[in-house]
Amino acid sequence: MKAGVVTFPGSNCDEDLAYALSLSGFEVSSLWHKDSPDLSEFKLVVLPGGFSYGDYLRTGAMAAVSPIMQSVKQFAGQGGLVLGICNGLQILCEAGLLPGALVRNNSLKFICKDVALNVEDTNNPWTSHLKKNDTLIYPIAHGDGRYVTDEPSYNAMKEKGQILLTYKNNPNGSAHDIAGLCNETKNVFGLMPHPERATDLRSQDGKKIWSSILNSLKEKSA
Amino acid sequence: MKILDTSPSTKEIARELGLSTEEYFHICKNLERNPNYAELGIFSAMFSEHCSYKSSRKYFKRFPTTGKRVLQGPGENAGILDIGNGWAVAFKMESHNHPSFIEPYQGAATGVGGILRDIFTMGARPIAAMNALSFGTLDFPRTPEIVKGVVKGIGDYGNCVGVPTVAGQTFFHSCFNRNPLVNAFTLGLVRHEDIYRGSASGAGNFVVYVGAKTGRDGVHGATMSSKEFSSEGELERPTVQVGDPFTEKLLLEASIEVMKAKLVVGIQDMGAAGLTSSSFEMAYRAKTGLELNLDLIPTREKEMSAYELLLSESQERMLLVCTPENYEKLEAIYSKWDLHAVKIGTVIEGNRVMMTKNGEEVVNLPVELVTDPPMADRPSNAPSDLKQRWFFDRNKMLVASLDSKFQSLVEDINFGNPAPLVEQYDSMVGNRTQSDTFDDSAVLRLRDIKNKTLKLAMKADCNPRVTWLNPREGGRRAVAEAALNVALQGATPIGVTDCLNFGSPENPEVMWQFQEAIEGISETCEALKIPVISGNVSFYNETDGKPVHPMPMIGLVGLIEEDLRLPKNNFFSTQLELGLLGVPEGGLGGSMLSFTWFKRDCGKPEDTDLKALDRLLKFCLKLKEKKMAYAVHDISDGGLVTASLEMAFRSPHDSIGFELEIPRETDVDGFLFGETCPRVLIAYEPVERGDLENMSSRAGVPFLHIGQTTDHHELIVKQGGAKVLKADIKSLKQKWDSRWKMFF
Repeated sequence: MKAGVVTFPGSNCDEDLAYALSLSGFEVSSLWHKDSPDLSEFKLVVLPGGFSYGDYLRTGAMAAVSPIMQSVKQFAGQGGLVLGICNGLQILCEAGLLPGALVRNNSLKFICKDVALNVEDTNNPWTSHLKKNDTLIYPIAHGDGRYVTDEPSYNAMKEKGQILLTYKNNPNGSAHDIAGLCNETKNVFGLMPHPERATDLRSQDGKKIWSSILNSLKEKSA
Repeated sequence: MKILDTSPSTKEIARELGLSTEEYFHICKNLERNPNYAELGIFSAMFSEHCSYKSSRKYFKRFPTTGKRVLQGPGENAGILDIGNGWAVAFKMESHNHPSFIEPYQGAATGVGGILRDIFTMGARPIAAMNALSFGTLDFPRTPEIVKGVVKGIGDYGNCVGVPTVAGQTFFHSCFNRNPLVNAFTLGLVRHEDIYRGSASGAGNFVVYVGAKTGRDGVHGATMSSKEFSSEGELERPTVQVGDPFTEKLLLEASIEVMKAKLVVGIQDMGAAGLTSSSFEMAYRAKTGLELNLDLIPTREKEMSAYELLLSESQERMLLVCTPENYEKLEAIYSKWDLHAVKIGTVIEGNRVMMTKNGEEVVNLPVELVTDPPMADRPSNAPSDLKQRWFFDRNKMLVASLDSKFQSLVEDINFGNPAPLVEQYDSMVGNRTQSDTFDDSAVLRLRDIKNKTLKLAMKADCNPRVTWLNPREGGRRAVAEAALNVALQGATPIGVTDCLNFGSPENPEVMWQFQEAIEGISETCEALKIPVISGNVSFYNETDGKPVHPMPMIGLVGLIEEDLRLPKNNFFSTQLELGLLGVPEGGLGGSMLSFTWFKRDCGKPEDTDLKALDRLLKFCLKLKEKKMAYAVHDISDGGLVTASLEMAFRSPHDSIGFELEIPRETDVDGFLFGETCPRVLIAYEPVERGDLENMSSRAGVPFLHIGQTTDHHELIVKQGGAKVLKADIKSLKQKWDSRWKMFF
């Protein structure tokens, strides 16, 4: 299974992700933000955490208009699996691939710690190996992790099963405790917590997401 | 009248720039002419204490600096140790004290930036950071602002570059009110063949400027750091640099890439004294000369003089040397990362650095005259009031109730959970951090190394009370406590870096403290066979003639070569036994209790028994081989009481409590609050006691069973069966948790 991990200027979880994905059985290639290649050889494209463009202007705003995002949008449009973690989620929202936006934590401070997450929905490629209401322990590390959206959008997302993960103890003021969400077609998923940091160290809960993805990809190709 | 770069200098101008008349005459005599203004700027920066180490250099010979792992000792941008399998670690600690007082956020941020560059300039990818922060107390109105700014500055910079902050130390004392200490440590990982040094070798090679453009910020920062503050220190704000972690991240990635591609001959950070120190030091190491055209330097501001270009401390810049053939390839890599790489000159034979501006020669100096300033011979004297410092009225303490002493301790500002600070640092980016309790030693597993488990443990440590009362013991204890913390995680100590923060070297008592601390560090490193591989000195940490307590901060790194479970750091069950390893009854001299009780630092700290320390370290390393679950914690500030409380606070059990039984005929205060080193608290399953007793007796380490954990959330202390102290752990934890929250 080929996975591509994008490196933007300021990405700093790209290597961590490549490591965690390789451990889980993916064949990982690095993608450069200035290129806009055809991504159809990949089964999964990941936007990593970090501080793309130094978070200048707004988190994710500059990365969202970089050349590679043309390819990512096309890939997502064709049903390809796109995952965004932390800054990756911020970029996906800025690029319009996911609804809503991420703003400053309500404490106005950067927060790094392990948090407990609740699995809200499993009818998608990302959490299919989990059960509803399972608990996951993942680290968070962000200053702008407060997810915001309007009520009609929230209700629509809720109805369509787009909210996949919520915080058990909301650390940043996210609307409705949202920690991870996907698009309507469920092939684009973004989350603030870091499963790649919980793959073989601290906790093993990250593996549950990687194996869900692998499994759904295998089912798709079968 | 406007002073031009080529205007001749006088001894009056020299003095204004911080050069003594003797130094100025030394320069004129050797140069056989008066230096011009631009050249004088170079001398003033390079002769500053910060760059020249003129008061301290002769004492460094005392440090043990050799060992089978040492690939690079002191004298380079960082020291390097072999960790096996073709890998090495580079590490160093540096201070950014003065800037952090003037402008806490930028001062601390650029401190982190500077030490990161010192590491990646060696070819090593930074993978871990620590910080040791010493703040004033709440009687000084600016303290909360300084704490908040420094912590945010460190976090914003390190988080953005993607280097985890994994451990450190935070200490509050009124002696730091007007002179906080911000010491930043970075460790990097490098393959042996990818190690680079700051050397400008090979006549004909290109000298290349890379990174951010040069502005007027920080002009003369090194000189500012080499004088004491007056209360008007705020006026120095323009000499503080402004950091941009995003540019640093690009510079890091691009520089590692050019080094891996073998396109570099030598490379150095433009840190203190910017282009001046990097160019002269690189030429000095290679015994070459340089020809530079200052018109080629990318600038942010118009009409900068040579003087300003040479002394700017604009951040995120490096100077490197490459062969002419590799220049284009190198330029392409920097440009891929959207950075400038500009040839500004050439390496030449000989020993002179020559610089032109607008076609005119503005600098022509022999390298060694700049890099080898006359050393200062500073007198040193023990403080005359040392005996008074050592005195305290033990009787007054004996008659007081145990509860009142206990209360004074837990009400102190230093009794606080570091979480509100630490949570603002990304401690896990890089996917290597296995343990990050912050005030214990951190453990990183090196995922980079295939087919072999290698882990690093690291800790920063120094107790300024002890150092003020007995600097030699302070130096000893800094190394001892750091080594002990690392060994408790099962790591063998392999090397030390130091960051020596002191008052003015012109004060004989400060020089005495300095010599004594170096002696203490050295004898401990010798006893434990740990080399000192890099270091930094920060003098002039004083305001209005009052020096800070001496702070010879130690950063120590240990290596774990087995894939074993790490010990825990908390009371992980309500049915554990508690044991005391090492000194059974500690001394109160220089202890936290003697401060909180007498409201001054007092008493003579007991000497650390280095042989006993070595035995305990070896015992700790044996413990990990035993297949048992156990938890350990070093006993230091506040003694056994705070060590056991911290283990209870970190317990996963809400109802956790514990009981301690003080042996008969034992001094209660010394047992509970004594800080003699080495002392370790261990918690274990009751069935293990016999085995532990045998092991410790074979190892020659005193072991005492002193109590057990309970499930009634109380701390109970007994002696001879009678209750002597009782306290509710939940309310103590609330105090501990909330204490440092007030800053944020």
